[in-house]
Amino acid sequence: MKKLLLGNEAVARGLYEAGVAIVSSYPGTPSTEITEAAAKYPEIYAEWAPNEKVATEVAIGSAIGGKRAFCGMKHVGLNVAADPLFTASYAGVNAGLVIGVADDPGMHSSQNEQDSRHYAIAAKVPMVEPSDSEDACAFTKAAYEISEQFDTPVLLRMSTRISHSQSLVEVGERAELPAKEYVKNPAKYVMMPAFAKAKHVVVEERTAKLTEFAETTELNKIFWNDTKIGVIAAGSTYQYAREVLGDKASYLKLGLVNPLPVQLIRDFAAKVETLYVIEELDDIIETHCRKIGVKVIGKELFPWIGEFSQKLIAEKLFGAKENTFTFPETIPPRPPVLCAGCPHRGLFFVLNQLKVTVSGDIGCYTLGASAPLSAMDTTICMGASVSGLHGFNMARGGDSASKSVAVIGDSTFIHSGITGLINIAYNQGHSTVIILDNSITGMTGHQQNPTTGFTLRGDPTAKVSLEKLCDAVGINRVRVVDPYNLAETRKAIEEELAVEEPSVIISRRPCALLKYVKHKKPLKIVTENCRGCKACLRLGCPAISVVNGKAMIDQTQCVGCGLCADLCKFHAIASEEESK
Amino acid sequence: MNKNIMIVGVGGQGSLLASKLLGHVAMQAGYDVKVSEVHGMSQRGGSVVTYVKYSDDKVWSPVINEGEADLIISFEMLEAARWVSFLKKEGTIVVNNQEIAPMPVITGAAVYPEKIAEKLKKAGVNLMVVDALSLAEEAGSAKATNVVLMGAVANHMEFPEEMWQNAIAECVPPKFLELNHKAFALGRNQK
Repeated sequence: MKKLLLGNEAVARGLYEAGVAIVSSYPGTPSTEITEAAAKYPEIYAEWAPNEKVATEVAIGSAIGGKRAFCGMKHVGLNVAADPLFTASYAGVNAGLVIGVADDPGMHSSQNEQDSRHYAIAAKVPMVEPSDSEDACAFTKAAYEISEQFDTPVLLRMSTRISHSQSLVEVGERAELPAKEYVKNPAKYVMMPAFAKAKHVVVEERTAKLTEFAETTELNKIFWNDTKIGVIAAGSTYQYAREVLGDKASYLKLGLVNPLPVQLIRDFAAKVETLYVIEELDDIIETHCRKIGVKVIGKELFPWIGEFSQKLIAEKLFGAKENTFTFPETIPPRPPVLCAGCPHRGLFFVLNQLKVTVSGDIGCYTLGASAPLSAMDTTICMGASVSGLHGFNMARGGDSASKSVAVIGDSTFIHSGITGLINIAYNQGHSTVIILDNSITGMTGHQQNPTTGFTLRGDPTAKVSLEKLCDAVGINRVRVVDPYNLAETRKAIEEELAVEEPSVIISRRPCALLKYVKHKKPLKIVTENCRGCKACLRLGCPAISVVNGKAMIDQTQCVGCGLCADLCKFHAIASEEESK
Repeated sequence: MNKNIMIVGVGGQGSLLASKLLGHVAMQAGYDVKVSEVHGMSQRGGSVVTYVKYSDDKVWSPVINEGEADLIISFEMLEAARWVSFLKKEGTIVVNNQEIAPMPVITGAAVYPEKIAEKLKKAGVNLMVVDALSLAEEAGSAKATNVVLMGAVANHMEFPEEMWQNAIAECVPPKFLELNHKAFALGRNQK
């Protein structure tokens, strides 16, 4: 039966069919739906881990324990998981282990554009890369065969376009696999120097065997058409190239992108007149081709930056330009914004008013950097708000700690903010850390985390108390505020900035998009009271605009949070009852 | 036969359901289908675009580029203007007449263009304007705006009514089925 599946759902289907028993992941766009979809199969145990390092280690442990295991993450998550990956490469597996990593060319929802193929090369593990949902399901299953045949973890490389495109998949049955026996074997699983030295030899031998495998595997396919043009591509760029060139070119579609074949590429190159390597981000296939003496056209034509498309490839090859419609005026951009009723808005409004330096982090609340709230100075990676603020304050000295804060979400704090907070307490910093606790992992689309009290499947579970946790690491000043209460929030921040010791403020209110959150009725403008002063616009609420000199509230968006009514000095914003 | 359809709008307006419906209908009709969505950062009230492509042969690229769309379904006026360069010269735009000010307009850094429909028509665009929000409210909920629009769009496509009804039944929770059938019918009546 054929099903229309997202690339990520197709990976989950592949996990199901491959008999995978354990999935442990940390959410990250564009990888999140793999784990959510896997959790819907009762045969698979799936969990959210606190971060990608933990998730990967859980999966490694499961594979050693004898059950096929998976963990999924976005590209930057693999930086966090790199430590276990590099040594799991030496130890190898027992049952199969696949690590799914989703790159984000074009940075639709990421802080950088790194190419995770470098990790496969550096950790010396095989990597497969599907080009649509059908591949995603099939390659996932193939990855487990490779993992067990060659005793290695396998990386499955996705990208935004593959993860978030739906295409047809022929679904199959699940292979129900018995647990493999676990046999104590320190020489294989205890990676101390004496054993690791021997294992490095095994890793190099494995790479040689995998390179031979790359010559013949069905994951790499040649499609012969006209031989004037030859194209080597993988993933979505294969689809773009095929759309542009159709039967006017022959294709070497690489499904195994590490290690790359040698003879297969040489043979393909020998039969085509002009050979292009079309690859997004870095020049990995191209460099390999040059190394084995194959002349190709690659990055001198195609960009190093951003996502490709059929149009980009057509323009680079033929200089083609479409004659299209144009709109006669400048079109204002529509950047993403904090939602109407977002609990982060009140906090960022206060931070903007206080003119403090804000060390930011990764999540919905990174949008607090945008105008008009403009309340963020730095954002680097998960957890860096807390540790970075300590460094910033150490460098600037004086009263720096009384003019700066860190902001970090609940899930991000558990992911890697807590270690930075321990550092502040331990090293006698005075920094003020604000945890934006909206009771969910918001940005990636509402995933549970250790602070919410629910598992991935929605079952009630142990809940981390942020108050007790901060207290336990040595923070004596921990307080909770409601960010809908601007006065209380401002007072708390001013007081904590003033004291010469570290403090944590938990800004607590559930995400306005959570289904259980009850909203008040939309607010209305009392037109005769509105002076058009635009004070309410300083909140950057998407529900408020000014039309003909008077404020207007979009009744479909407003959730009645009341921040704007709080700000209005002229009592021009009121509930329906009050405005009558 | 290849058809390229774009669904554009503002994050949160329900364009994912619209693309799901289209994907289901095209699949029922036996076509090869690809649907490409945007998740994450782009959802939070930002400009969103979804591509739906189907063909009696094979669909390769899941995305649609400038000058390639047969049909653009726009949930908002400004978004119709933003994506117009993606329309084929003989293509059609079905647009919901709602106007949602983006943040740069709210803060005064930019101006929302006036009379967008008029300007698009003047540029030669085959444009159909639908008051989908009012019709959705008439059906029972502003949230059904997406399904009203799909009803209007169905008039520009070759699929039989039965396939649309099947797709709605597949993609909508049972308790909202009646509301959505009504919304679809109201959209269908827009000629």
